[in-house]
Amino acid sequence: MYRYDELDQAFVEQRVAEFRDQTRRHLAGELSEEEFRPLRLRNGLYLQRHAPMLRIAVPYGLLSARQLRKLADITRRYDRGYGHFTTRQNLQLNWPRLADVPDILAELASVQMHAIQTSGNCVRNVTADHLAGVAPDELDDPRPYCEIIRQWATLHPEFTYLPRKFKIAVSGSPEDRAATEVHDVGLQLRRDPSGELGFAVRVGGGLGRAPMIGQLIREFLPLPELLAYLEAILRVYNRHGRRDNLNKARIKVLVKTLGAARFREQVEAEWRIGRSHAPRLTAEDVARFRACFAPPPYAALEDQHVTAGREARFVAWDRYNTRAHRVPGYRAVFVSLKAHGSNPGDITAAQMEVVAALAERLSFGLVRTTHNQNLMLADVPQSELYGLWRELDAHGLAMPNIGTLTDIIACPGLDFCSLANAGTLDVVREIQQRFDDLDYLYDLGDIEIKMSGCMNGCGHHHVGHIGILGVDKHGQEWYQLTLGGSANGFTALGEVIGPSLPKHEVAPAIERIVEAYRSLRADGERFIDTIRRLGVAPFTDSVYAPHPAAA
Amino acid sequence: MRHILRRREIVTDDWCYAGETAVPDAPLIVPLAELRADAARWRQRPGRLGVLLAPEDPVEELADELPRLALVAVQFPNVGDGRGYSQGRLLRERLGFTGELRAVGAGVRQDRVYLLARCGFDTLELAAAEDPDAALRAWSRYSVGYQPGDPQVPLARQRFLAPPA
Repeated sequence: MYRYDELDQAFVEQRVAEFRDQTRRHLAGELSEEEFRPLRLRNGLYLQRHAPMLRIAVPYGLLSARQLRKLADITRRYDRGYGHFTTRQNLQLNWPRLADVPDILAELASVQMHAIQTSGNCVRNVTADHLAGVAPDELDDPRPYCEIIRQWATLHPEFTYLPRKFKIAVSGSPEDRAATEVHDVGLQLRRDPSGELGFAVRVGGGLGRAPMIGQLIREFLPLPELLAYLEAILRVYNRHGRRDNLNKARIKVLVKTLGAARFREQVEAEWRIGRSHAPRLTAEDVARFRACFAPPPYAALEDQHVTAGREARFVAWDRYNTRAHRVPGYRAVFVSLKAHGSNPGDITAAQMEVVAALAERLSFGLVRTTHNQNLMLADVPQSELYGLWRELDAHGLAMPNIGTLTDIIACPGLDFCSLANAGTLDVVREIQQRFDDLDYLYDLGDIEIKMSGCMNGCGHHHVGHIGILGVDKHGQEWYQLTLGGSANGFTALGEVIGPSLPKHEVAPAIERIVEAYRSLRADGERFIDTIRRLGVAPFTDSVYAPHPAAA
Repeated sequence: MRHILRRREIVTDDWCYAGETAVPDAPLIVPLAELRADAARWRQRPGRLGVLLAPEDPVEELADELPRLALVAVQFPNVGDGRGYSQGRLLRERLGFTGELRAVGAGVRQDRVYLLARCGFDTLELAAAEDPDAALRAWSRYSVGYQPGDPQVPLARQRFLAPPA
């Protein structure tokens, strides 16, 4: 992984000192809340329903065991002994005290971490495929480019007060596990016919209000031009994006207003003129960053059958919670944060320490966070899988449901977030209870449920096979269901199936939807494919026909 | 008397805005619209001339006037409006402006000094009630930066440098 040199270390320490001074001025009454707000947001600090919330950056989802231990330590000393991993691979603390935040940031800086630009109208944490570097279908590891972008975007003097937040994702595989098509900028690694590396560039994707799929504005951007082109995109946005209406300030609105062709012309013109003053990546730069993500010293192993003679629970876990690895004899392993009865993405300090220790023993000391709110040990020898499973299982981290209906993505919702219209966690619980039979879950196959407590769409409901959106109806929590969304390789936005439902109707409605699927599916047909084949009408019928009571 | 920060020093402002002076050759800052309305007249005026840009003003249109201008003031009407940062960089890098580049408005606060300086602003006309000494200290808060910017940060300590001009 990338390790800070003395410049990076000096920078984060100076950043902590700056925020300590800002917090002191705020607490002393010298900085009003209005003035303090943009400063604290750019250090990851929200003021939420019950307490501040601190969103700690996990750049492109990569953590060392030492960093994860520090996070555990921080949650114990400054919070309530647990944290929450988000869809953007970050970690949220729900109960820090405002006055403690500078100390927390100093603790983070001591392990080469920070909370810079995890909120606010600036370039946010850059995200990547959780299988980066190990996926068999990968063209190139996206993480060196993510780190380059992270550094370039950090307190970028021109682009730290944008019209609105700005999210960049990078993928190195044809299967778009980083959901690049629903980011403000989505970069997909490519090679041109001469073998040179570069990126396909999409702009203007985004969920939240008025969801859009990103427009391809450049088929191939040569790698040395990466930062120059990002500067051109951001400059066009910074100058021309709307600032009069928060709901129309994302770059997707600018792209839509201008049209992709005109937007592209403006970016290309800006790039051609501006590139002489923009940073250019040299071969040495790229080599230096790539070296940081060089493959670990894998042993020469062979693939083996690990399930022979093992109990059914392990066989199921191996099937659902592990993934193919490009190196023979290894598997990538999900650490499930989706145990039934728990909140998606939540992890206790003790569990963090268990995962850190396992990473050190079995996976070169590295842990990944995934955008579906699980963790991953990416480089586990197959011979160790059974022992690993037993330890994960003993600590509630082996729920064999990855990719199934109960591997739900959900934002924290009304229980924590001051933006939310409706709770998400109760609904998750009800779905978990209703689908607690694993054989039934496995029969249903791949089904992605994604839930957001409000229009902002942090739970990515638009791209869930089943999307659930919390809405406020006269002060009550209601839920709008969408079907047919998808983010992996074939990006599609879900279609609303009908009027919203009260809370207690949501889990039963999902059961009726999947029952309809069971009766309608062709042999071996996945849920999403049945919806694509038949449209949402039969599912709408299944939910509403026998239940006219729904408002 | 207005105090400003100019190249890391607190000094008395020697410039006036339109309406602030009756001295015919006093250094004067006029809004872009006025400059445009009668460019010939302003060209003949004795004394140094500066222009005041609003966030939506396209800096490219200043190219012809720049050689005549000793100062460009860029407005930051609030702390959230970041368009002036682009205007500053473009003036310095694309249009080659070497005169005084001044940030002015309610958004010019001590917590933005680092960004402003790195976008090429050498003079800050701070928001009312902002402490100039604190802003001066903020100018030295960071010894490093990840992007090319303020020449006060040693070049060797920067990464991703622009190619040599």
